[in-house]
Amino acid sequence: MSVSIQQLTKVFGEQTAVNGISFEASEGMITGFLGPNGAGKSTTMKMATGYIRPTSGKILVDGIDVEENPIAAKRIIGYLPEHNPLYLDMYVREFLGFVASAYGLKNAKKRVEEMIELVGLERERSKRLSALSKGYRQRVGLAKSLIHDPKVLILDEPTSGLDPNQILEIRQVIKNISADKTVIISTHIMQEVEAICDHVVIIDRGNMVANDELSKLKEGLGNTSGIIMEFEKPVNTAVFAEAGFELKDYGKNAYLIESDRSDLRAELLRITSEHDLPLSSLTKAQNSLEEIFHRLTQGKAS
Amino acid sequence: MISIFIKEVNEFLNSLIAYVVIGVFLIGIGLLMWVFPDTNILDYGYASLEPLFSFGPYVFMFLIPAITMKSFAEERRTGTIELLQTLPFRDSQIILGKFFAGFFLVLFSVIPTLVYYFSVSSLGNPVGNLDTPGIIGSYIGLVLLGGVFTSIGILSSALTGNQIVSFILAAFLSFFFYTGIDSIASINVWADWSYYISEFGIMAHYSSISRGLLDLVDIVYFVSLIAIMLLLTQLIIGSRK
Repeated sequence: MSVSIQQLTKVFGEQTAVNGISFEASEGMITGFLGPNGAGKSTTMKMATGYIRPTSGKILVDGIDVEENPIAAKRIIGYLPEHNPLYLDMYVREFLGFVASAYGLKNAKKRVEEMIELVGLERERSKRLSALSKGYRQRVGLAKSLIHDPKVLILDEPTSGLDPNQILEIRQVIKNISADKTVIISTHIMQEVEAICDHVVIIDRGNMVANDELSKLKEGLGNTSGIIMEFEKPVNTAVFAEAGFELKDYGKNAYLIESDRSDLRAELLRITSEHDLPLSSLTKAQNSLEEIFHRLTQGKAS
Repeated sequence: MISIFIKEVNEFLNSLIAYVVIGVFLIGIGLLMWVFPDTNILDYGYASLEPLFSFGPYVFMFLIPAITMKSFAEERRTGTIELLQTLPFRDSQIILGKFFAGFFLVLFSVIPTLVYYFSVSSLGNPVGNLDTPGIIGSYIGLVLLGGVFTSIGILSSALTGNQIVSFILAAFLSFFFYTGIDSIASINVWADWSYYISEFGIMAHYSSISRGLLDLVDIVYFVSLIAIMLLLTQLIIGSRK
């Protein structure tokens, strides 16, 4: 029970939205699908759910080719699209009942009530969807994607636009149900990835730039502790080398100095002021996912 | 397909669309049949349902596009089409569900006019002196015509994300197929071909069915016109992926 994406490419006119990405998401794991805005996350998810066709490449969901057998694939996928489109004229129960009937569920009524409880919609159950707040609509969307007990759950930014408490609740729901499912979740909130994801795939402008377990991804970066120095314009870095510092390139006019010395900052400040260098920032390097994300996606752009 | 059909019909019933469409159709036809001096059958002097069947298509021409203009245009605008297409439905099921829901509404607006049959029948002299086979044929013709207009409306709605564009397009195409082709056929330039050209239009087949002559050719014409419109819709929906 897994999702396997193989050499997936989507071209819109002249723009390549997704460029030959391949990865696997396996059962019982939450795979975080990250990337800056416009990286091709939603496009990939739309292809995985059979909403748009890939230009080339293959998507296997639990061994079923989504393109060859879309109906069978859609039966085992639960999908929460970006922006969570809903029929706002419908009532909560009516909407979930419609989805249940679309999947041909036998115990539809019972499932609807179970879902309402699972996502915490008890108080809103007889309201019209247009009367619900964004957070509650998101819960309806989540209930909709869970109602047929899918083996594969694809959630496109499930927590966007929610307040902090709702985010925690929705995350908890996702985490609870993920034990026997394959979950792919797209987001650009790094704390969310650290909180719930086991595996991380990062894409940038259609290209895959990382695909690893979260812990390995962090390890792979090395346990950097050091200082990041950023200048306003290009400078001659020879002066630092003379003082015995090893500078590593770290983006535009920025350098990483790896060292455990505690007086590092003071020393560096002394050198910059001595040589009158236009220092713009001096920060401690954080070995966080945010840093990884930044380096993998932004570092190349500049 | 059935769940889409139910959803669409509920949508008609929950919004005012169903009541307005049925109400306007019945009021319009009622006025034409019984009240307006130029068209009412009381002055006309013959026991027939002529006004219903000659004005019905024109009323449908505006009402049916109003029913169908939402179907795909609105789904596309609000993004719910993504929801629908990622549920285990085939595109054909979505299209047929929407078509039959619209058609159901058309049927429902026609059914109350059966009352006119009985009132006109009792006004006849002698009572019951009415061309019943002709009326049955006309009803079948009117319903099939409603089906064609519905399929044209669904196609127009799939072509655009804008409801107003969809409405205008559907009304125009319905008009074109109903009387446009017939009028084109009567242009002198292709007088030799005029019969064949007019056979492409709805008018020729509608008037032949209205005479009570249930010719298979006419039925096939209507059904295949509906099928062509729905297949084109499927092509458009499929190509948007």
